[in-house]
Amino acid sequence: MTQNDRPSPEALLRAAAQEGRGRLKVFLGAAPGVGKTWEMLTEGHQRSDAGVDVVVGVVETHGRRETEALVQGHEVIPRRDIDHKGHSLGEMDIDAILARAPALVLVDELAHTNAPGSRHPKRYQDVEELLDAGIDVYSTINIQHVESLNDVVASFTRVRVRETVPDSILEQAEIEVVDIPPDELIERLKDGKVYIPHEATRALGHFFSKSNLTALRELALRRAAQAVDAQMLEHVRANALAGNFAAGERIVVAISEYPHAAGLVRAGKRMADALKAQWTVVHIETQRDQHFSEGERRQLADTLALASRLGASTASIPGSSVVDGLCSFAGDARATQIIIGKSNRSWWFEKRHGSVVDRLIRTIGDVAIHVLPSGGGDPATAQRHEPSRGHWGRPSDYIWSLLMVAGITVIGRLLIEAIALGNIALLFLIPVMFAAATFGLRAGLFAGLVASLAYNFFFLPPTGTLTVNNPENVISILVLLGVAIVTSQFAARVRAQADLAGASARQNAALASFSRQLTAAPTRDELMQAICAEVARLLDVRAVLLLPSANGPDLRAAYPPEDKLDQIEMAAAQWVIDNEQPAGRGSATLTASDWLFHPLGSSFSSGRGVLGVLGIARSDARDPLRSDQVPLLMSLLDQASIAFDRMALEEENMRARQIDERDRLRSALLSSVSHDLRTPLTTIITAAQEMKRHPSAVLADAIETEAQRLNRFVANLLDMARVEAGALPLKVEATDLFDAVAGAVHDTRASLQDHGVNIDIVPDIPLVRVDPVLLHHCLINLLDNAGRYADAGTPILIRCRRLSDALALSVIDQGPGIPPGQEKRVFETFTRLEGSDRVRHGTGLGLAIVKGFAEAMGLTVEAGNNDDPFGACFTIRIPEALIVPHLDGKEVL
Amino acid sequence: MKIRHKVLIVDDEPHIRRLIQTALTRADYATLEAENARQALERLRQERPEIVLLDLGLPDRDGLELVPIIKQNADTTLIIISARDATEEKVAALDLGADDYLTKPFDTAELLARVRVALRNRMTRDGGVPAIEVGDLSINLLERKITKAGKEVHLTPKEYAVLAQLAKYPGRVITHDQIMLQVWPNESERHVEYLRVLVRTLRQKLESDPQRPRFISNDVGIGYRLRLPEYE
Repeated sequence: MTQNDRPSPEALLRAAAQEGRGRLKVFLGAAPGVGKTWEMLTEGHQRSDAGVDVVVGVVETHGRRETEALVQGHEVIPRRDIDHKGHSLGEMDIDAILARAPALVLVDELAHTNAPGSRHPKRYQDVEELLDAGIDVYSTINIQHVESLNDVVASFTRVRVRETVPDSILEQAEIEVVDIPPDELIERLKDGKVYIPHEATRALGHFFSKSNLTALRELALRRAAQAVDAQMLEHVRANALAGNFAAGERIVVAISEYPHAAGLVRAGKRMADALKAQWTVVHIETQRDQHFSEGERRQLADTLALASRLGASTASIPGSSVVDGLCSFAGDARATQIIIGKSNRSWWFEKRHGSVVDRLIRTIGDVAIHVLPSGGGDPATAQRHEPSRGHWGRPSDYIWSLLMVAGITVIGRLLIEAIALGNIALLFLIPVMFAAATFGLRAGLFAGLVASLAYNFFFLPPTGTLTVNNPENVISILVLLGVAIVTSQFAARVRAQADLAGASARQNAALASFSRQLTAAPTRDELMQAICAEVARLLDVRAVLLLPSANGPDLRAAYPPEDKLDQIEMAAAQWVIDNEQPAGRGSATLTASDWLFHPLGSSFSSGRGVLGVLGIARSDARDPLRSDQVPLLMSLLDQASIAFDRMALEEENMRARQIDERDRLRSALLSSVSHDLRTPLTTIITAAQEMKRHPSAVLADAIETEAQRLNRFVANLLDMARVEAGALPLKVEATDLFDAVAGAVHDTRASLQDHGVNIDIVPDIPLVRVDPVLLHHCLINLLDNAGRYADAGTPILIRCRRLSDALALSVIDQGPGIPPGQEKRVFETFTRLEGSDRVRHGTGLGLAIVKGFAEAMGLTVEAGNNDDPFGACFTIRIPEALIVPHLDGKEVL
Repeated sequence: MKIRHKVLIVDDEPHIRRLIQTALTRADYATLEAENARQALERLRQERPEIVLLDLGLPDRDGLELVPIIKQNADTTLIIISARDATEEKVAALDLGADDYLTKPFDTAELLARVRVALRNRMTRDGGVPAIEVGDLSINLLERKITKAGKEVHLTPKEYAVLAQLAKYPGRVITHDQIMLQVWPNESERHVEYLRVLVRTLRQKLESDPQRPRFISNDVGIGYRLRLPEYE
């Protein structure tokens, strides 16, 4: 026995405390009006009908007739009147209930506050006492009265209730959620069917909004789920599995490209485990992302992958700034906790730009923010990006700026007589703004500088020099430069956001189409092929998919088609399977491979290991993946994993259905077997015993006949087992129907001794490609069947006809025929037609075997009635494709 | 004293051995028994039986392995006894040198017929004049002459080759491959289709009612045999 198998002492103690104590069942509702009281009373009646002694302790009917009618049926313990400031308040009479000592008492409104002067200030305390006395209690409560959720509810409904019930009461209770959809509840409210407590009437409109009701309903359902979880844990003390989320907290971990982000993710995991919360790891894409180096991108992708492995959902969200993006994401995700790393930026940088953390705290509302130290990872040790070309732009940008300024200079010179000098300065704004908006800050500044130089040189007196006489003109130059700076800043920001949004939209579109393709794949093989094709298309690579097997990785799909991989590729793929880490070119391991392999893990359980390995490579032997494609690949892998899981689930379902079907067959088989085996066995045993005393030929005949019957039955059972097992091994060869018919007639001569057999086959009937053994069994069963149903003495006809697109081989008897509408059913297992007054021997397996064998060979069977002579007609159709073309006699002979 | 032919029964089921033994003793054969491969080979060496009835499902060794060993080490006629569905197993055993087969469950009349056929084939095997009379059909392999109801039947060379294969061991099954090997020495020409067509034309020439062949019978999935009505 392992440690985990042993019940914990605490659990045993709690169980002991429960012994002899009453059980509490709570009907939990999302809001007033869902019908808790009604549900409680109804169930009370059921218990009462089942013989349980049920009384009503207290029920608030709020004057509703249906509820009152339900109370009528119960014994009601009269309330005790308590005088309070001149009002007489009726409270539950706990002493009367204890004296009455019922098995079950119904107590409405668990959260009720008793009138001053009562024994307990709260009704749930009364209930505790009843439970202690060994009385079972049914009670009701709305979700907003649950203590731990009180704040949460108040935060979005803006209605705070003062009457709360501690969670510990609910934890020992069985919880039943009384649930109706929000729309229906609103409808009931409009119809006046909902009693609104006085304190809620003020905020009525707001409280019963659809969004609130939806949120409340979710809370109620999750609280119930939590209770089930807790109770299950109490019983089995199982380890918490990933995905075992309880209701309530949602944690958002914000990460950057810095290496310490992994530490944040782990901290998030710890907190999520402790709070049993859902958690999301998010990266906010800002302009900075565009300038990330390879290393930084990879770092980010690794961190997000780590988060996925630890069970977080991950997201990458574009935003104008980290704070804005994070705030909006936290709002959407209804985050209750945010984890963020302490910035490693210099004091000076933070003074100038403001710390992200400070701004976040100021901006975000009711969310706890955890700021964690950055730890060992220093952004300086991460590869800093060298200023990329993006900052300085292309040389042509500067040439264009220069040309524009030159153009304006020429125009200005032409217009100098016509317009004032100051307005010419305005003309120079045009190239500056254009350059700044189009080519970015540096080109804009360059244009501004050149423009001010040109203005100074060509227009400001003294012209031809770079001296400025009038201080006013200094302002003109400064304005030109300022405009360049401001314009370029704005334009750059807009452009960067547009680029980001564009990239993100492209990526989303790619993912959506990927997901569509995967969903459409009906089988595992097609799914794998779709994954390869889509990955190849989206990343512009070659893709292969391998599955782990006992003999190493098994190449199952590839795009473009690939037969096999080299030794080193196989080794890399195996390494991926063993270590659940990427390997191959561009990774940290086995880099000599041309391929990069990534594991496809199960998305909802980590224990199942690697489901598959996706390999990618470029035909030109470059690194398979650009760094900016890493996040896309990660997302694709995630989706592929989900699709794999989905497939696995579907296969499991399918298996379950097949098992069901098999069980059905098995029980049918069992009943058939017990009858069809026992009957002949009984005859044989009795006859053999009798023969010991008086040897007789009649008895020997009986034994032989019955033994033959058994033999045929066992043969059919074996055949049926082969059909059921599916995938009959076929040995197809050219077969002569003359042979087949003659063989079948020969083998059934015993059972057809009462019938003549007429064979009507055209002499030049072509050969057919079938499995002769299976066809033989088909014919034997058809003849057997005909022999059983045909009227005694009538002949059985075997007819073969050439149709336009097939050969039809029919067995026709002269019996009662097949009842109309039963033509398909006769081929089902264990169908025996008993429409007529005669019940025939046999198991009802024969025709099912005919159908199973025929279909395995690509033939079809049909049943019908023949008109002249009347009787059943079973036809095997051999399609054109299986007919051997006429052979040239000379060549053969 | 008449010399009785010795038949070795190899089967691990004592009941089956006893039944076969009873039937054979009544038909005046001397019987030997073996319940596994080891015993079977021992008896074979010591007693030199003319006929071995071998069940393929033996506890100590795959029966198929025994087939060539028995055929190489003893001058005996080997009849395989095997289950109904084991078509491929039967073909393999026949191609490995077994002389005939019986399908379980069999009746004793059939068993005795097979044993008689086997003994007859043994006696006519070497040098005997292979001339067969089956009903109104007579086949003289020496003169290559076939007559049906006294009238000569003309066969094409390939038809004759097929018939000759069957007539060499009348009553015994000859697998498709064994026939084709002789009729089409060139492997690329060997097609079951051709064999089927030849058998059909042969029946049209030899049989009174080709739809109910009496002489050339088909063992489904295994081969053809020339039926000897006097043994059935």
